[in-house]
Amino acid sequence: MGVARYWREIPARYNLIGKKCGVCGKVYFPPRIVCPKCRRKSIGKMEDYKLSGKGTVESFTVIRVPPPEFEGKSPYVMALIKMDEGCYLTGQIVDCSIDEVHIGMRVEACLRRIQEDGKRGAIYYGYKFRKAEE
Amino acid sequence: MAAIVGYGAYVPRYRIKVEEIARIWGKQAASISSGLYVFEKSVPGIDEDTATISVEAARRAVKHAKINPKEIGAIYVGSESHPYAVKPTATIVAEAIEATPELTAADYEFACKAGTAGMQNCIALVKSNMIKYGMAIGADVAQAAPGDALEYTAAAGGAAFIIGKEGIAEINDTVSFTTDTPDFWRREGEPYPGHGERFTGEPAYFKHVMNAAKMLMEKLGTKPSDYDYAVFHQPNGKFPMRVAKKLGFEKKQIEDGLLCPIIGNTYSGSSMLGLAAVLDVAKAGSRIIVVSYGSGAGSDAFDITVTDKIEEYERQGIRKMLENKEYVDYATYMKLRREFE
Amino acid sequence: MREVAIIGIGMTKFGELWDKSFRELVAEAGIQAILDAGIEGEEIDALYLGGMSTGRFIGQEHVGPLAVEVAGLEDLHLPATRVEAACASGGVAMHQGFLAVASGMYDIVVVGGAEKMTDVVGGEATNILASAADREWESFFGITFPGLYALIAKYHMHKYGTTQEQLAMVAVKNHYNGSMNPKAQFRRKISVEDVLKSPLVADPLHLLDCSPITDGAAVAILAPLDIAKKYTDKIVKIKASALACDTLSYHGRKRFDSLPAAVEAAKRAYKMAGIEPKDVDLAEVHDCFTIAEIIAIEDLGFVEKGKGGKATEEGLTALDGEIPVNTSGGLKAKGHPVGATGVAQINELVMQLRGEAGERQVKDATIGLAHNVGGSGGTAVVHILEAI
Repeated sequence: MGVARYWREIPARYNLIGKKCGVCGKVYFPPRIVCPKCRRKSIGKMEDYKLSGKGTVESFTVIRVPPPEFEGKSPYVMALIKMDEGCYLTGQIVDCSIDEVHIGMRVEACLRRIQEDGKRGAIYYGYKFRKAEE
Repeated sequence: MAAIVGYGAYVPRYRIKVEEIARIWGKQAASISSGLYVFEKSVPGIDEDTATISVEAARRAVKHAKINPKEIGAIYVGSESHPYAVKPTATIVAEAIEATPELTAADYEFACKAGTAGMQNCIALVKSNMIKYGMAIGADVAQAAPGDALEYTAAAGGAAFIIGKEGIAEINDTVSFTTDTPDFWRREGEPYPGHGERFTGEPAYFKHVMNAAKMLMEKLGTKPSDYDYAVFHQPNGKFPMRVAKKLGFEKKQIEDGLLCPIIGNTYSGSSMLGLAAVLDVAKAGSRIIVVSYGSGAGSDAFDITVTDKIEEYERQGIRKMLENKEYVDYATYMKLRREFE
Repeated sequence: MREVAIIGIGMTKFGELWDKSFRELVAEAGIQAILDAGIEGEEIDALYLGGMSTGRFIGQEHVGPLAVEVAGLEDLHLPATRVEAACASGGVAMHQGFLAVASGMYDIVVVGGAEKMTDVVGGEATNILASAADREWESFFGITFPGLYALIAKYHMHKYGTTQEQLAMVAVKNHYNGSMNPKAQFRRKISVEDVLKSPLVADPLHLLDCSPITDGAAVAILAPLDIAKKYTDKIVKIKASALACDTLSYHGRKRFDSLPAAVEAAKRAYKMAGIEPKDVDLAEVHDCFTIAEIIAIEDLGFVEKGKGGKATEEGLTALDGEIPVNTSGGLKAKGHPVGATGVAQINELVMQLRGEAGERQVKDATIGLAHNVGGSGGTAVVHILEAI
């Protein structure tokens, strides 16, 4: 990956900054350019919105045959997570045993290393999720 | 005036016991543990590094200090395990706490005292009215060659301190004692450090810590009994206890800040985590002396008085956080430390 | 709009075809289809070629003209278009071909699909397939294709009680069907136990719940219905061709137990054909993973939402069941050369509707349905064919 492609997504990947439609108030993450509900009315009215980072596991799987960038790091849990703001995203769950993960589990976002571009390339950081301290 | 406005600490949850490491190398765990006064050390997750640990500590500091991160005018991260040799960890932290873009930032290296060196810089910037708040972080995912003595203690963790004009603890003064003493080092491009073994004791750790402590107490006209707490750099559990005794401090003064026996040596995080643990329990009016040590070599000493603002401050509770842990075996430890990559 | 028919089909064997290049695969399937249609080549008015990622699999883009060239038809200077919609590339190419003929613009149109997946190593192939998902917000974080469908499976199992065994039964049935298909990648039969004992790829999906990496090409030749009898007696009419899309990412969907794009494409197809699900005699559905077939038969209206696992267990979709699904062996046993699949499904339906399916022939097959999906449901295309 070229670094520009990674750098552009930093606000979203480090700080879960999505978009809120200035017309209907719906929150979108990953950030969207146009609100699918309001469509044309939302053009130019999408505002930056930072998610709380908290969510609930809607579904999950354990990746045992990873893609090359994640070789040596499996098995790891990937989950479909419903964020408290109502939008869904896909993320890894860390810092707990695989058996602890369940549908309905409360999680919170943390910053972790996601990938690196080989030994000489850049390191890509982003969000992962751990059991929520609530 | 300069003061600590807030602090945050983070230690990864994985641990490996001294006895597990000793088992692999055929050494006698009991005598190692009692010799070092360390029982287990923290191990980073496979996706954690100095940047992610610094971000955790920094986010907690900002949260507890209740400040607007955009008002942070400087961020310094001190470590001997920055993820990049060139590209600062400090800017990753700055972005992750939304402090960018109006601030200065840089990374520090001075072995285990890189973090406290950053603190001194923040104090100077605040006192000279150049910035409103400065953040200094000391964090490491310390490296040790497999089979080396340091393997029992080289650990992972970090703490962040936000410095401002007023806060929960006033920093009355800071002095440093610095010489060119090659007790412990890591060459460019080398994965593991080298050290002078017993040379790292008297001519290195003890000489600098004691001199810095004495310099500070002489300057301020204080004696050991004037302090409620003393935090010394913790390469193992024994050195801080021995230096405390030599200086005339009592065991109970150093207990609250002594984390090494249960998490190992977090290098740049060591004295700062110790200070954070003390602030977790200190009452208003308490006086603290902190003396860090970095190989190469130098010590930064700080004289701190806790203010009554501490009573409204929501303390992190580091010792409680450390109870959330999971043990790993040696092979897993090597995998998590990415030794097989 | 004119009515459209299929006058010829052709397909290579599917498998790890080490000694066949992408060009040779395309040529082989194309020539078979041309011979089957009884045309010379000069009659061809246009070509559409589906291929998911020729650029990354073989470092070659611009394959529309290449396909025309390998058939020796470059002097016709045909309109040649490469179509991409991940795993639905073939089906979407069919839709483009259908539109071309139905509109009256072109008469004889060649629709092909091809993928050469074994010229790169496995890890690279997995990576390329992952580009059918959302690169920035799914693949970046470590999810794989099996992983995405595993999320769907786990959700379906949690919501409806679908079991691992029911998932396995899809693979067992498709291998059984595939054992009777000389062009299938896998001809061996397997048992539920074989599936459950195979290593986990992404919980709950085992290795044998997943379609393989395959090389292959398939072609169909389309013509306006009113001149089709010039070429063949066994005319198969395209009663419907419907395409729909949805969010690229699975997490962006409105439902997690269904592929709304497939539901929509099916609805449009049934309407266009003027039929209902119960009128369908057999279907080729997109079983990239066993769970995908279970959800497909629900989305296509063959069973109620949630009952797909049970229905499979009860034999609804077996070769001798009420609605045989994947008589070819499906993607699981026949193989899944990504861009070729949509056209391979058409090949199977045409053979069945012509009565040429041999051991796996469905009795009195008159109406067949093909369901081809791209990615985790970002694209879905449904074709309904009828024997005339």
